[in-house]
Amino acid sequence: MNGAADMGGMHGFGPVVPEDNEPVFHAGWEGHSFALNMATGVAGVWNLDAFRFKRESLPPAEYLNLSYYGLWTRTLELMMLEYGMATPAEIAAGHAIAPFEKAPQPVTAAQCANMVRCGSPYNRPAPAPALFKVGDKVRAKNMHPTYHTRLPRYARGHIGEVVRIVGCHVFPDSNSQNLGEDPHWLYTVRFDGRDLWGEGSDPTVRVCIEAWEPYLETP
Amino acid sequence: MAHDHHHDHDHEHGSELSDMQLRTRALETILIEKGYIDPAAIDELIETYEKKIGPRNGAQVVAKSWVDPQFRKWLFEDGTAAIGSLGFGGRSGNHLVALENTPSVHNMVVCTLCSCYPWAVLGLPPLWYKSAPYRSRTVADPRGVLADFGIALPKDTEIRVWDSTAELRYLVVPMRPAGTEGWSEEKLAELVTRDSMIGTGVAKSPKELT
Repeated sequence: MNGAADMGGMHGFGPVVPEDNEPVFHAGWEGHSFALNMATGVAGVWNLDAFRFKRESLPPAEYLNLSYYGLWTRTLELMMLEYGMATPAEIAAGHAIAPFEKAPQPVTAAQCANMVRCGSPYNRPAPAPALFKVGDKVRAKNMHPTYHTRLPRYARGHIGEVVRIVGCHVFPDSNSQNLGEDPHWLYTVRFDGRDLWGEGSDPTVRVCIEAWEPYLETP
Repeated sequence: MAHDHHHDHDHEHGSELSDMQLRTRALETILIEKGYIDPAAIDELIETYEKKIGPRNGAQVVAKSWVDPQFRKWLFEDGTAAIGSLGFGGRSGNHLVALENTPSVHNMVVCTLCSCYPWAVLGLPPLWYKSAPYRSRTVADPRGVLADFGIALPKDTEIRVWDSTAELRYLVVPMRPAGTEGWSEEKLAELVTRDSMIGTGVAKSPKELT
């Protein structure tokens, strides 16, 4: 979707301001927001792509006004409502309101440690041979789906070159809609900065993105 | 807890902080009361990313690549396996690619769509990496972003920006500083900064080591 999250190439946000000796979390609640999101991920009620879609579906004004972990907390709130883990009354009250159904098994510290150690690979067996090979010119499709996609707006309609065949990976556009993992070939595609940003732009810039096969066409 | 104090940030107003503190606590209470999450799981995750997983992991990888040509070759051919051999991988590290900085090519990593970052080797990202200024400008004006970090590269250096749009995670391997011949891996790792592994910095020179 063309939401506020898709920021590549936007102007007006000002300079990047690094912070010396930055703590991992700037306040206690940020660590809790992070951990709750990780742990609910382990619970497996929703997938990462569905979570990302919910986050970027926030109205742009709200998305841009929330702090980073504020965005995580707000998204978790919306996911818990959508997936029936909390009611609006419970969120307002700040605790569970009886009667409610208990989860069969709580996510444990050991399960979380295991998730950190093992992660969750996104590569899958290929259902068909790859359509493109390294060196091929490809055009990123001019597409503007209202659902979740990982093809940034700045690349759409532009021609680049395949520089790596990553493998066959879970397709976020389908997975985010709970339509299954629908694996597709994933490529690294390199664009010339001038093609993306015009004649006046820095001629030394190349930009690489990962693009799933359905994002690409032969020019 | 040590991280409970609040810093002043012009983008995070005090009112939002307390509001978000309450809202986060509300969700946590509901999740615990309904039996979705064991409270110990929350402590485990916070402790892991505050204390155990951070940029020292990546620095070890880079230092090894500076002294061990075979490892270096493997690292650029199969980042996941080479980095995995040092014990790093898993969450946000299942698919790792190492990028080689040379005198003619400088690599920079960004996630314009959210905040994808190689946690397994660098820990959680700094605030600026997740911020709108970095996400918006890096793909279009990487030299301008480098200037914000006080870095100026030669005019003809190619700048490759890697936008992490899938589950691949990138680790930039900075160039080894001059004057470090014969140094041990442990000592070399001290020169490898987090920013040098994102591409918004370069490795420290021996003079900068205090």
